[in-house]
Amino acid sequence: MKYLIKNKLLTFAVLLVVIQIVLAIGAPLFAPYDPMAQSVARRLRGPTELNWLGTDQLGRDVLTRILYGYRTSLIACVLAVGIALLAGGTLGLTAAYYRGWLDRIIMRIMDVLFAFPVMLLAIGIIAVLGPHTYSAAAAIAVVYTPIFARLLRGPALVLCESEFVAGARAIGASDARIIFLHILPNMASVILVQTSLLLSAAILVEASLSFLGLGTQPPTPSLGLMLSEGRNFLMLSPWSAIFAGFAILFLSFGFNLLGDSLRDTLDPRLRGQS
Amino acid sequence: MTCTGAAFLHAPVLFFFEELALMNRVLLARLIDLVIVLFGVSIIVFLMIRLIPGDAVAIMLGANTEITPERMAELNRRVGLDRPIVEQYVLWAGAALHGDFGTSLWTGRPVATEILMHLWPTLELTFLALVIGAVLAVPVGCHMAQTHGGAADVAMRIGAIAGLTIPSFWLGIVMILLLSAWAPGFASLGYVPFSEDPIGNLQRMLLPSIALALPILANLSRLVRSAMLDALGQDYIRTARAKGLPERRVVYKHALRNALIPFLTSVGIMTGYLLGGAIVVEQVFAIPGLGRLILGAIAERNYPLIQATILVVTAGFVIVNFLVDFLYILVDPRVRA
Repeated sequence: MKYLIKNKLLTFAVLLVVIQIVLAIGAPLFAPYDPMAQSVARRLRGPTELNWLGTDQLGRDVLTRILYGYRTSLIACVLAVGIALLAGGTLGLTAAYYRGWLDRIIMRIMDVLFAFPVMLLAIGIIAVLGPHTYSAAAAIAVVYTPIFARLLRGPALVLCESEFVAGARAIGASDARIIFLHILPNMASVILVQTSLLLSAAILVEASLSFLGLGTQPPTPSLGLMLSEGRNFLMLSPWSAIFAGFAILFLSFGFNLLGDSLRDTLDPRLRGQS
Repeated sequence: MTCTGAAFLHAPVLFFFEELALMNRVLLARLIDLVIVLFGVSIIVFLMIRLIPGDAVAIMLGANTEITPERMAELNRRVGLDRPIVEQYVLWAGAALHGDFGTSLWTGRPVATEILMHLWPTLELTFLALVIGAVLAVPVGCHMAQTHGGAADVAMRIGAIAGLTIPSFWLGIVMILLLSAWAPGFASLGYVPFSEDPIGNLQRMLLPSIALALPILANLSRLVRSAMLDALGQDYIRTARAKGLPERRVVYKHALRNALIPFLTSVGIMTGYLLGGAIVVEQVFAIPGLGRLILGAIAERNYPLIQATILVVTAGFVIVNFLVDFLYILVDPRVRA
């Protein structure tokens, strides 16, 4: 019974994430308007038949802007977390496999990067690169690299000691072959869970950065930006800010729930715990 | 006879010294770690200004005044970019160790003063949010652990994840909106120092602290819940129950004490998250904290000020975590191994 509830939860999470990804990819198909089309006559409206979620301060359709905002947000975050996984994973696996001074140097550098509060390091990186969607993505990638490196090094250390790795080495397999074919596949579940959880966090960071004016720049549709623009017209028409916030929440929530229920399903040791 | 007597007296004393030596070794190792991390942090922050694509000095000047060769040379000299890079670092880090971060490029005030002026509101906000989140997390987590299993579990889990992923800056905006409808007279924006008007200060800090605290509350209460479930499964809990202690006492005295250890470590880690969150939430509530300082500095490309702010806050965060770690070693002998 309990297992069934958990799998229902996983199904729900997958659905929530897939629907939002489809909406983002298919934004040009689903969106009722052009995201840039302004209309002076219909500014700051609440939800109507014409604009389901209302219009913003320039009369642009909020629903359309949210769908395109999903796109911006997902592109930035998938890119950022992907790069972090690639860089952090490579560093973590290299450290675990070769040990010794290489391990010590790599992990020291990761410790230093990890020491910065996330937003502060991200702001510092954007100060260097200049505010842009891709600067925000680069900042998130740098910030999450040490997390992946630390996370994958631990289980990799254990796997390097295992008998099948010793066996592979004995029959003369190359280092790359051992790392990619023997160690990596055994960590698939850790990687999957953590990628999903970090995507959830990355969506919030990207939205925060755009909200501060450091990420995506106008007029590109962005969820964080919609919130900060809507804030100036809060007393006139709060709809754009409210709906953009819900969109950020749903997107981040979906990935977090996905990671959480994946962890339960993939790791039998944790089943029934949390 | 005397011999055994002396040995008997000796053993605890010896034990004490061994303990002390072990503690010192652990402390020393941690201190070395701390110094290495702080050194690494300073290197990264130092390199920031050198990594700016193009001519950093021209970019800094271009944001504020007309670029002339004289002005460029003068700024180059002030920021110290005209010296060899190692010498630049030694001068910069040496001055920073004495609390001297130079003068702000455009206001002419010392950077350290600028940071101190803006530090207090951010620290207060971070502290209040941490207190609200941590204090509420204990009863909520205990309650979650006691009523675990079935549909209630799923509902709480979804609730906790929602709390974790709700954007605090959005929560802040929604709260301002609701409050302006329900209680139009309630001052929720801006900042007054606590020393000038304690009630006005706390009144204005209420909404931002709640907005910032919610994700912490969600995170920590989940942690308390799983630590409590762990603790409640232990043998000493069965013993406590068997000797007829009331359930309340079993949960809050016997289980909770042991569940609090992982809780304390994550409170240390949370401060970093809170500091970042505070920077964003400050913008919503118009609080003149570090967020305003650093965003203003980015807008006018005042790189030395950005560098100093990041360095000071990160160093503070690292040192706080070191102290939490150290307390943890003092409290829990198992970590010393």
